[in-house]
Amino acid sequence: MIDAASRHRSAADATLADLFAQRRSDGAADLRARAWEAFSREGLPNRRVESWRYTDLRAALLDVKPPRPRGGSYVELADDRLRIALTASEFAAHPAALAAAPDGVTISSLREELAMRNPRVLAALAPACDDPVVALNAALMQDGAVAQIAPGAKIDRPIEICVLPLSEESSFTRSLVLLGAGAQATIVESYGVGALGAQGNHALVFDIGAGAKLDHVMNAASASADSVRVISLLTTLGAGASLNSFCLIRGGGLLRRQIFARLEGEGNEAVFSGATLLRGDDHADTSLTIEHAAPGGKSRERFRTIVDGRATGVFQGKVVVRPGARKTDGAMQSKALLLSPSATMNNKPELEIYADDVACGHGATTGRLDSDLLFYLESRGIPPMEAEALLIEGFAGEAFESVADEALRDELSRGVSAWLALRTLER
Amino acid sequence: MLQINNLYVRVGTREILKGLTLAVKAGEVAAIMGPNGAGKSTLSYAIAGREGYEVTQGEVLLDGENILGLEPHERAAKGIFLAFQYPVEIPGVATMTFLKAAMNAQRRARGEDELQTPDFMKRVRDAAGKLGVSQDMLRRPLNCGFSGGEKKRMEALQMALLAPRLGILDETDSGLDIDALRVVSEGVNALRSKDRAFLVITHYQRLLDYIKPDTVHVMADGRIMRSGGPQLALELEERGYRDYLGGEAA
Repeated sequence: MIDAASRHRSAADATLADLFAQRRSDGAADLRARAWEAFSREGLPNRRVESWRYTDLRAALLDVKPPRPRGGSYVELADDRLRIALTASEFAAHPAALAAAPDGVTISSLREELAMRNPRVLAALAPACDDPVVALNAALMQDGAVAQIAPGAKIDRPIEICVLPLSEESSFTRSLVLLGAGAQATIVESYGVGALGAQGNHALVFDIGAGAKLDHVMNAASASADSVRVISLLTTLGAGASLNSFCLIRGGGLLRRQIFARLEGEGNEAVFSGATLLRGDDHADTSLTIEHAAPGGKSRERFRTIVDGRATGVFQGKVVVRPGARKTDGAMQSKALLLSPSATMNNKPELEIYADDVACGHGATTGRLDSDLLFYLESRGIPPMEAEALLIEGFAGEAFESVADEALRDELSRGVSAWLALRTLER
Repeated sequence: MLQINNLYVRVGTREILKGLTLAVKAGEVAAIMGPNGAGKSTLSYAIAGREGYEVTQGEVLLDGENILGLEPHERAAKGIFLAFQYPVEIPGVATMTFLKAAMNAQRRARGEDELQTPDFMKRVRDAAGKLGVSQDMLRRPLNCGFSGGEKKRMEALQMALLAPRLGILDETDSGLDIDALRVVSEGVNALRSKDRAFLVITHYQRLLDYIKPDTVHVMADGRIMRSGGPQLALELEERGYRDYLGGEAA
């Protein structure tokens, strides 16, 4: 570790340095070295880092748990989808299962791709990003799934990348989806109910080719109160490409959802939406950076945060319009609902515009359940907790109207209902 | 069926109802008429149990049981239905989800089985057809983007589906054109029966051309000032409320 950081070297820094020493030659050595250098400049971010001002990761990770090497990852054809399940470490898919992938889809493990030095994978795996935790992920990545979708392929069946729960261990996964020009696919990213002491640093990278269309749903189940998770999405969009991305977060410990999107080609469209449900002492931070780098791009962000108990919600959204990105059309909206007097929400939408002829706007609100609406529902015979649940479901549901796949939307609704049922039970 | 005795209600620090007494028999349609500020809406909210309407004295008996200790949803399950003067829009809550939640909550409270979806759908379709509630309205979030008339039809639909013992219509005629007024009134008239009562609260006689009351009560300054038959409404139409406005003649 370099000098600046060594001045306040903590136990966590020491463990991370040890991990890097073990992994530095584990495929993509150059990439890892560059990433480690970027990370070690400041180390784990605290509130002094502007983009982390509401989430003190350094304080939450005083003690970094070592990863536990074990197998058990697999690929399966489940119900209506192709599921890739990742355990904390190696992803070793059975050849027969891999062969079950639909035509036009190739599934492999990141570890294999790195070992083979696949140039396409190496080129796309780490888009520019100055976030220290994304850099840490690149330096220490263990394994992940690589899904390559052939140009023009239309894949009906969703592909799910499922990170299985951890306990008392840290995990660094990085997965990559390469969507060829004109291809269409749906990616589901899910994080199982977290066991005790999970420390996850997960990254998913989308490389969306020209004219390709990607639907994406991220679903993070609640985790134990001592879990610490950073889940990052890095995406680039080619000309005329479109991405529709949704995330459902059901609290549990500390969770930071990061999205870094770069709209590179002309006339592409990205929609990001999400619902976050927090209770107890949960802390969830959704931070987005949407960068319009070419003319005629359109982006929409619509986020809903529901905060109960003593929980804290954070929304930071930054839309950057680079010089030359004329006719950019951006609209960002974040709404929060506070269900208890001790709940907190930090809402910080931002625009940075360096181009002319741009239409961008943002709005952020924080409110409580409307007593007029509650009385209306109760006057029809609906008990107070159920009336609250209806209003909360309605509030969250507004964010997932954009999810086109009905089965996925139902799955998300069930996630919200389960959270509400638990809330009702504990009253 | 409904017996209100010497009811005093305060909103904030203001006393709005000041010793109101009123009896409504099963099968009866009672009109409550009065000038603005008489406390008509306060009466309807106090019966429905709205928070902030503090009863300081008196009692409200439904079939002999004092309901003032009950929560709004418990009163609804006992058969009280308030058709709002200004029904609220609830974004994100599907109308059908809401209707089913309301019907089943009341059934559960009364110890009845919940409705199964096909039965529920049939009831809604039948009632909606009679009230001119379109499929499109049923598909939208509750009351969202509805005109004033559509909102009142939705209130009438809810009342038909929930089949209350006592229906309270709070200024149902406000914001309604004649066509909507006719449809909503027909909906109410279709629900008239010997074991159901209505409290029809209105400022104007117009509504009573469509919903013929059995009794008319004049309310002013938080009390019932006079009670009579249907002819009392006509008299009020003629003379206005000036006789009931104390010293300050309107």
